[in-house]
Amino acid sequence: MADEAKSFSQQLLGFWVTFATMFKKVNTVQYPEVKEPTAERFHGRHQLNRYDDGLEKCIGCELCAWACPADAIYVEGADNTEEQRFSPGERFGQVYQINYLRCIFCGLCIEACPTRALTMTNEYELADDDRAKLIFEKEDLLAPLRQGMIAPPHPMYPDSSHLNYYKGEITGSDPSQEPGGSK
Amino acid sequence: MTPEQAVVSVETVSAIIDGLEVTVPKGTLIIRAAEQLGIAIPRFCDHPLLAPAGACRQCLVDVEINGRAFPKPQASCTMPVENNMVVKTQNTSPVAAKAQEGIMEFLLINHPLDCPVCDKGGECPLQNQAMSAGRSETRFEGEKRTFEKPINISSQVLLDRERCVLCARCTRFSEEIAGDPFITLNERGALQQVGIYENQPFESYYSGNTVQICPVGALTGASYRFRARPFDLVSVNSACEHCASGCDLRTDIRRGKTLRRLAGDDPAVNQEWNCDKGRWAFKYLTTRERVKSPLVRGSDGELHEASWPEALAAAAAGLKGKRVGVLTGGRLTHEDAYGYSKFARVALGTNDIDFRARPHSDEERDFLAAVVTDLKTSYLDIDKADHVVLLSFEPEEESPIVFLRVYRQVRKRGLLVTSDAPIASRGSQKLNATLVKSALDISGLTSQSVILVGERAAEVEGALSAALELAQSSGAKLAWIPRRAGERGALAAGALGNLLPGNRPVADSAARVDLQSAWGVNSLPTTPGRSTAEILSALNDESLDAVVIGGVDPMDISVDALNQLLNTFVVSLEISHSAVTAIADVVLPVAAVIEKSGSYLDWRGSARRFDKGLEDAELRSDVRILSMLADEMGAPINLPTVSATAREIESLGSWDGAKPTMNKRAYVAPAVEEMTLVSWRFLLDLGTLQLGEANLAGTAKEARAHISSATAATLGVTEADLVVISSDLGSIELPVSIREIADNLVWVPRNSAGSQVIPSLGFASGAVKVAKR
Repeated sequence: MADEAKSFSQQLLGFWVTFATMFKKVNTVQYPEVKEPTAERFHGRHQLNRYDDGLEKCIGCELCAWACPADAIYVEGADNTEEQRFSPGERFGQVYQINYLRCIFCGLCIEACPTRALTMTNEYELADDDRAKLIFEKEDLLAPLRQGMIAPPHPMYPDSSHLNYYKGEITGSDPSQEPGGSK
Repeated sequence: MTPEQAVVSVETVSAIIDGLEVTVPKGTLIIRAAEQLGIAIPRFCDHPLLAPAGACRQCLVDVEINGRAFPKPQASCTMPVENNMVVKTQNTSPVAAKAQEGIMEFLLINHPLDCPVCDKGGECPLQNQAMSAGRSETRFEGEKRTFEKPINISSQVLLDRERCVLCARCTRFSEEIAGDPFITLNERGALQQVGIYENQPFESYYSGNTVQICPVGALTGASYRFRARPFDLVSVNSACEHCASGCDLRTDIRRGKTLRRLAGDDPAVNQEWNCDKGRWAFKYLTTRERVKSPLVRGSDGELHEASWPEALAAAAAGLKGKRVGVLTGGRLTHEDAYGYSKFARVALGTNDIDFRARPHSDEERDFLAAVVTDLKTSYLDIDKADHVVLLSFEPEEESPIVFLRVYRQVRKRGLLVTSDAPIASRGSQKLNATLVKSALDISGLTSQSVILVGERAAEVEGALSAALELAQSSGAKLAWIPRRAGERGALAAGALGNLLPGNRPVADSAARVDLQSAWGVNSLPTTPGRSTAEILSALNDESLDAVVIGGVDPMDISVDALNQLLNTFVVSLEISHSAVTAIADVVLPVAAVIEKSGSYLDWRGSARRFDKGLEDAELRSDVRILSMLADEMGAPINLPTVSATAREIESLGSWDGAKPTMNKRAYVAPAVEEMTLVSWRFLLDLGTLQLGEANLAGTAKEARAHISSATAATLGVTEADLVVISSDLGSIELPVSIREIADNLVWVPRNSAGSQVIPSLGFASGAVKVAKR
């Protein structure tokens, strides 16, 4: 008898939890209509950054590929020439691919990058219906051109060297860097 | 250990290194003795094949002799081990460890933080040893010394001076090994740097080795710059396809593409070196358009893509029951050449096969069959020789590793070198060679002497007989060194009219019966075959109906060769589209070196096997294609794979019955004309296998017509003036270089830019007219 009474009161307790929850604030988000901001340091899609005049920061050194525990990154370096300059200095990343089927978003590549060319955005919407589309190419990863940036290839800022770029002394572009601009 | 190290004095000394006793031959350096114990002392300048320099000071250790310690740590790469010596390396002596740490700190003061953009990153002795022997953090806060970078010290070698640790490996290599002291250490103190002379670029045939032995990224190859990281690469052992020296190579591949080749380590052959052609000339494969699928000439006279069964049927229909010749060229592997040889005998029923795609003679054919098949001369014989004779052979141009071996002995002990070249080439000058007119003028040879005969001896009647006579009368060792990698293998495989595989003479019925039973066939052709020139003229006058051609450039044979092929049925087995595929009736694509396995026989007759580099390559080796074609013709040769072919060659063995004897010819000195052209090829020239490598071509020697000062005076020209050299067929125009040469001779390179002798003049040597332009 006593057991039955106990069992009944426990059932009531259970229903009470259900009932009380109806008045609590809900955690459900109506995704994709509603999108919650991620944590500030959320590891999302990668981005290849630019200097403030638009030249790419990536030097094609492959240290990210080396650091990657999932072998998700493929890089091929190449020579900058006077006519075709994509980054300050001698070398740039000609091919840059990240395979998001493999990436585990650990961020070791970001730590390895010597020029801070590679960082992570907060973008997490990386699902697709085609495996090939999940291998992101360089143009998919490059940061958009902001105000005052010129799309490479173009020369370095007048009277500057790669060292000025590395020290953060280039804060914008010069009209002479435009395609067809005077030297 | 190289054989010559083994015969050094047997006197030994004992010492204690890190508490372990070691006994080594007297004169062994401490750093080498430590290696034997498995103790690695960090080093940059030390290289086992170069003279000790003590330049980098990284290998400092504590040394004590007879209980008395040196006051300061000593460089272990310059100090020989002595009895009662106690050595303490960084492992047991805090003083040595601290000294090494200090040296590393000094080296890194001016070394830029280039690792992310430096080609050496990931395989860099400086990176590795900075981690193992250096401090964990830098204390340097000043400005690093910088130089303008990179600078081209030649079109193929780049120098980043600020990365250099002044170990002098490159300068010592160039001087001691290559004999081309074109780079040196300039300036002093912090500004000391490797430099080239103002008027003489770093145009050495061996410059690539300096890139390989540079312990930092100061010297880099222009072709490989920024292409890959060591962890991207898959390395395969390979053999060099460029000459008969027989170098061991390492080929580095990234995603199905060859990115670089390095010298492998074979003490009996190339030691750790190779030439720039072997290192950098590999883009020929991607330059010309590859033949990817079989092609058959249709009724419209054009080549059309066809399936394999169609193409094989078309080829079989054109060959079956016909009189066919086979030209294999000198670039095949031993196994492929064997395939052609067996195909000619079994499927075509002919001995009309010849591998010689170059000027040749009947005397040479006899010489190859009777003499060369037995030669056992090796690199070791050169090392021990008292006199080296070069007959129609320029080692630096035609077999560069042979040159390095001879040069080493010339430098070490003043080895006597005699050459029959008409002009002292740069190679001859480096060897300090005495020039004579012909083999007849050479005397004083002993059984220790070595006679090296080149393939150009076939161009002078009686030259090979004279060489043989010289060797037989003196007991000297003889060697025949062809230019191309596949010729010795083709000879062993019997790709020659008078020889069957395994040195079996065609004329010997016992040898034929032996081969018949091994191959399981009822009969083999008995008539000795035609030579390359005879096959071509037989095709022309229709006493032959068809021809099977391997990788042959008709222009290497004669100016008419291509025309002689026009009205005949041609089956071409090729890697890329060429002059022959353009006129062929059936083209069958075959695999290139990196896409197949096989072996090359070098000039000594020793095999160097190599494996397939590109695993997913679709094309097959020549021997496989020929085997399918033979099946289609109803006369199978049963060689389905390269390894099956190698096994068959192995089991067939070499003929131990009677050898043909050499029918010696009298030496006929070349006719004295008013003006006679003489030529040989430069190592770097317009050769097919060097296509597509502009950086390499940039260091090729400039073509010049070499004439004597008397001739120049008669013509009224001075240095660098242009002259026209003409024959009935055409002419070439070259700047003059006035040199020591007979007055009636003019020397030009045979196949260089502006000087393609056979296509322009119609012959490789002979009477010409020379006039001022």
